[in-house]
Amino acid sequence: MTQARTSTAEPLTLPEGIQGIVSDWSSDQRAFKNVPWGKAMMWIFLLSDTFIFSCFLISYMTVRMSTTEPWPNPSEVFGLTVGGKSIPLLLIAIMTFVLISSSGTMAMAVKFGYEKNRKMTFILMLCTAALGATFVGMQAFEWTKLIVHEGIRPWGNPLGAAQFGSVFFMVTGFHGTHVSIGVIFLIIIARKVLRGDMDLERPGFFTSRKSRYEAVEIMGLYWHFVDLVWVFIFAVFYLW
Amino acid sequence: MAHAEGQQLGAHVEGQQHPIGIYLKIWGLLFVLSTASYLVDYFHLQGYLRWFLIIVFMLLKAGLIVAVFMHMLWERLAMVYAILVPTVLLMVLLGIGALEADYTFLTRGVFFLKGLF
Repeated sequence: MTQARTSTAEPLTLPEGIQGIVSDWSSDQRAFKNVPWGKAMMWIFLLSDTFIFSCFLISYMTVRMSTTEPWPNPSEVFGLTVGGKSIPLLLIAIMTFVLISSSGTMAMAVKFGYEKNRKMTFILMLCTAALGATFVGMQAFEWTKLIVHEGIRPWGNPLGAAQFGSVFFMVTGFHGTHVSIGVIFLIIIARKVLRGDMDLERPGFFTSRKSRYEAVEIMGLYWHFVDLVWVFIFAVFYLW
Repeated sequence: MAHAEGQQLGAHVEGQQHPIGIYLKIWGLLFVLSTASYLVDYFHLQGYLRWFLIIVFMLLKAGLIVAVFMHMLWERLAMVYAILVPTVLLMVLLGIGALEADYTFLTRGVFFLKGLF
């Protein structure tokens, strides 16, 4: 059972396992120990976002399973012709690698942030933003290709099931919006890091809270989530 | 702890510090898994094998991102369960969606292809 804490000299250790869950949730102050509240709130936001994207993807599944029209083959629709040879899903594969790379640079930015290495954090966050912008750019190229050259519209397309267009624009559009918002916030936070806001604990202009390096990690959580959603979109939309 | 004086009301402000190697390794692993799932399509694998591989690679990638990049591996269980358990409930929605889709497909089949039923 619980260890008796007879001495106040040794630091208080939190119980682990199931016992830890019970004690954390039943503790008087806050359920999420060792986590700044901003990070806990970001996690809860991401949970709600998970439900939004799940609603999209599950309704996509329902729509695709129930249509009697043939579904356009994503492998061909999203293929690229390189040197006269058609390579299936090439663009999407490159986009996937770009986004994963941006996650990698973001993870390292968080690490350098906690080491208070302003320059590296700034550079890596800017790399992340650049890769994110590249992703959005490629998505814009893909949308243009589909709308202009393939004649795909939200209400119908010449390739098969009309639902293809509506699902595609809805899901990738919502994801692309997330990426775009992420890029904007990456640049904002990166600027704050470079300016030394986190070291000076300068109050944020909107919340007036002290700037801390945990903001980089919270930003990272959002960014990794965007990558995470893409993993699911890539698997169920493009590879199905 | 540089921020020791900044802590108040027991707010335990402590960052996640991990060696850079683990991020690079996971990054590499994610590249490998993405390539693998791309190759599933490239080699036109079909049927249950395709589905099995796609889902396995998808879940492995998602797991690595959440566990390492998002530091879930090092959070306390109260936090991990609060976030991950609700997502498991989505499986119920998934099941409902699949049932509904099968039913809709059946009724559409009956309506459009009366001769077959």
